[in-house]
Amino acid sequence: MRFLHRLFKRGRETVAVTVPLEMPERQQLVEQESAPPVSAPPARSRLNVGWSSDVGGVRRHNEDTALVIVADYAGDDALPPFGLFILADGMGGHQAGEVASSLAVRTMAYHIMRYLYLPALASYEHDAGQLALNEALVEATRAANVAVSCHVPGGGTTLTGAVVLGSRAYVAHVGDSRAYLVTEEGLEQITHDHSLVDRMVEMGQLTRDEAAVHPQKNILYRAIGQGGVIEVDTYIRTIPPKGRLLLCSDGLWSMVSDREIAEIVLTASSPQAACDSLVAAANQAGGLDNITVILVEPPYGSGV
Amino acid sequence: MKSLETYRIRMPDLSPGEPPPSAVEEDRLKTHHVATPAAGQSGGVEGRLPDGYVLQDRYRIINLHAVGGMSTVYKAQDMRFARVVRLCIVKEMLNVATDPQVQAMIRSNFEREANILATLSHPGIVQVYDFFSEGPRCYLVLEYVDGKDLETILAETEGFLPEPQVVHWAIQVCDVLSYLHSHEPHPIVFRDIKPSNIMLDKQGRIKLVDFGIARIFQSGQRGTMIGTEGYTPPEQYRGVAEPRVDIYALGATMHHLLSKQDPRLEAPFSFHDRPIHKTNPTVSHELAEIINRALEYDIEKRFGSAEEMKRALMSLSSVRGLVGTAALGTAAFFSSDIRPLWRFRCEDEVRSSAAFHNGVVYIGSYDHNLYALDAGSGKFLWKYPTEGGVASSPCVHEEQVFFGSADRLLYALNAETGRLVWTCPTQGSVWSSPRVEFDHVFFGSDDQHLYAANIYSGRVAWKFAAEGKVRSSPAISGDTIYVGCEGGTLHAVDISGQLKWRFRARRGITSSPALGKGLVYVGSQDGYVYALDMRSGWVAWRYRTGGPVVSSPAVREDLVFIGSADGDLYALDAESGRVVWRFTTEGQVSSSPAVAGDVVYFGSVDGMVYSLDVRTGMLRWRFRTDGPVLSSPRVFNDVVYIGSDDRYVYALPA
Repeated sequence: MRFLHRLFKRGRETVAVTVPLEMPERQQLVEQESAPPVSAPPARSRLNVGWSSDVGGVRRHNEDTALVIVADYAGDDALPPFGLFILADGMGGHQAGEVASSLAVRTMAYHIMRYLYLPALASYEHDAGQLALNEALVEATRAANVAVSCHVPGGGTTLTGAVVLGSRAYVAHVGDSRAYLVTEEGLEQITHDHSLVDRMVEMGQLTRDEAAVHPQKNILYRAIGQGGVIEVDTYIRTIPPKGRLLLCSDGLWSMVSDREIAEIVLTASSPQAACDSLVAAANQAGGLDNITVILVEPPYGSGV
Repeated sequence: MKSLETYRIRMPDLSPGEPPPSAVEEDRLKTHHVATPAAGQSGGVEGRLPDGYVLQDRYRIINLHAVGGMSTVYKAQDMRFARVVRLCIVKEMLNVATDPQVQAMIRSNFEREANILATLSHPGIVQVYDFFSEGPRCYLVLEYVDGKDLETILAETEGFLPEPQVVHWAIQVCDVLSYLHSHEPHPIVFRDIKPSNIMLDKQGRIKLVDFGIARIFQSGQRGTMIGTEGYTPPEQYRGVAEPRVDIYALGATMHHLLSKQDPRLEAPFSFHDRPIHKTNPTVSHELAEIINRALEYDIEKRFGSAEEMKRALMSLSSVRGLVGTAALGTAAFFSSDIRPLWRFRCEDEVRSSAAFHNGVVYIGSYDHNLYALDAGSGKFLWKYPTEGGVASSPCVHEEQVFFGSADRLLYALNAETGRLVWTCPTQGSVWSSPRVEFDHVFFGSDDQHLYAANIYSGRVAWKFAAEGKVRSSPAISGDTIYVGCEGGTLHAVDISGQLKWRFRARRGITSSPALGKGLVYVGSQDGYVYALDMRSGWVAWRYRTGGPVVSSPAVREDLVFIGSADGDLYALDAESGRVVWRFTTEGQVSSSPAVAGDVVYFGSVDGMVYSLDVRTGMLRWRFRTDGPVLSSPRVFNDVVYIGSDDRYVYALPA
């Protein structure tokens, strides 16, 4: 009932109350506008996504987990093309790492879909009663932390999740997997690693090169599975035209240089081809860890 | 001062006297070893000694005292003293090396360090009585201390530990450190100062426990931490072990004791982001400064010695028994009020905000007039009388001044002469401030519509029906106009007047939206500040203040500034909505902040105009008017223009 009421109410309002614009400038303005009418979608209105996960050349198990959900929609403005991308890199013996990363990813995805996307499908307008994007992301990440802490003793995982609305990325992050913005200028690291060495690099106490070989480089000070109420970092980025969002585990970024990653992404024929090449490059460099990558290209002309 | 490997005596381990870890504690410790699950388990001592077992025909085990990763600690009785019960602590470490050569090396290292420890004698150090080896097991016999460690005391304390108490303990620790650091031939660096390694005996004296000799038994293990995370200075992770390492750890310990924030649960090296007074406002500024100096990441900026730190602590007024200086430095600022460059008196309250063009300031008043004043001198140039109060803030475009009035009209005047060009009639008062884009002026009216009028003719191109009176001023980006209304809705309307999306708050949106990187920021009378996804209206984040928000946000890089009726000006992180700082005034903040350079300006109902540092929220100056300040400041050429309900327009030096 509520659904129909809103639908009806919206239609009536927009049609009835608007006095047509009758000025020469209007024509001009509308022509300049590239915003497409609903009946004729632009060349590509969907999120273009590639992903790949590989055990690498040394490990026996793949403890990484990746999840990709894309919901394309070309209707009203309140529901832009939606994508949910989650990546986790598990740790802990006796397969606890695999269990932790998959449980974390599934828990986070469930919460985002249930408390963020499904309510948005059911409503034609956003209101103060809905969860804010960052609240949903933080709560979903915390739910994953509770699930892993309770069900996977001795296991832990990184967790980096992104909700993409059109060309905007909302990122939640714990651990040392990373989210990057790839543009023609190169790689911009969005997330901060929750590792001891990264903190020391930020403070100017270690160089990047020293950090890469530091004996404590694997120590995280924050990870899913640590119990308690976990701090979650959130970020918002607009993916510029021709830009892409890259999520990856340390199996990529510790093996392949930023420059090389950017070059592969920018020259690949498609996001999927880019992901395959990134994994191949990490393996070629030694493949010391599991490698997982997700690459998202937002729709063209998706506006602000 | 260079320390030899031999003198690195510390251990991330449990100390004698420390209670066995509870489940909760174990859980907490796990936090910091998530990535090295194997590290803690490998060196554990298997097969505990049964109660009553006698070592060396002399030490009878009474019970298990504590189990650490590298050692097992027993409470024991020294049988050599037959007539009295003399208690001691026996610490057992297992030599797990398989290579006989390595095993021999570990044993000789152990014996060498134990010898040094046995020669130490200070009332603030737990005495080492004896050491010996039995097969692969090495033992240290230590003084038994009847008391509690500071971690336990902190956990048992409701509220905060008194400042003089903590300072008193810290002074004693400094004494012990001075003793160790002046040890000959080489200084001894404790390397693991933390609350659980500081015992308080029944007489209230502190004793450092756990000279971590067990480190010898874990050398070469991957991922082993040096020192205890949270208390360890950055240089120690590079293998530096010199006396100032202990000064940092003492600073970290004091920070923990006073703030009650466990550094092991916080991001590493985040003390400076978590000032003590944030959680514990009773701590004196002087002490906070001493602790900050001890916690400098740059070793050269710390106290040069424990003696120097002790002297600083001794000079605190809380130690001297004087009354603490609770008053912060802010009072000094209050006396240094600035003087206005000029002021101009209107006939009634000034709630409008100024516009600036060609050396002229335009501003409206409740006396029905729009004024044009010389920006340099405040000299009256002309005024234009309307039939109602002018709270709408003017804007200037192509030599025309646009503003609304309570007489239901939007006016376009010649900016130089003040002559009327046209008016645009609406059915309600115009409190909203006009914005010009695409050769059209966009503004709201109490007749519940958003208008688009041609700037040359005043002809209405379209009007859009909102869900309440439109007192909010529109914001425009690309092809979209964003405006709030008293019905609580924020509308996103395209340039042809079609609704794109809307967002519904719980109360009216009088606040005018501001645009940031892909987000629309706006306040509502429901008390929230909202950040909405520009394209869809999806709520990116929201922040709840303590009162209605009619102030309009100002965005600068990664910060959003906004006032609330709770009396505070907030600086929120633009991406997460977290409070970066807040500044409390004595009245509601309805005025909208303005940012210029590194300064944010705003007014308050308490009558003040405030100037704050954008990054810290520190007060730069304040200026008192004789009435509530609801006008929002505008800054042009280093001059702040603002009105007050005392009927004056002020020009203040920025």
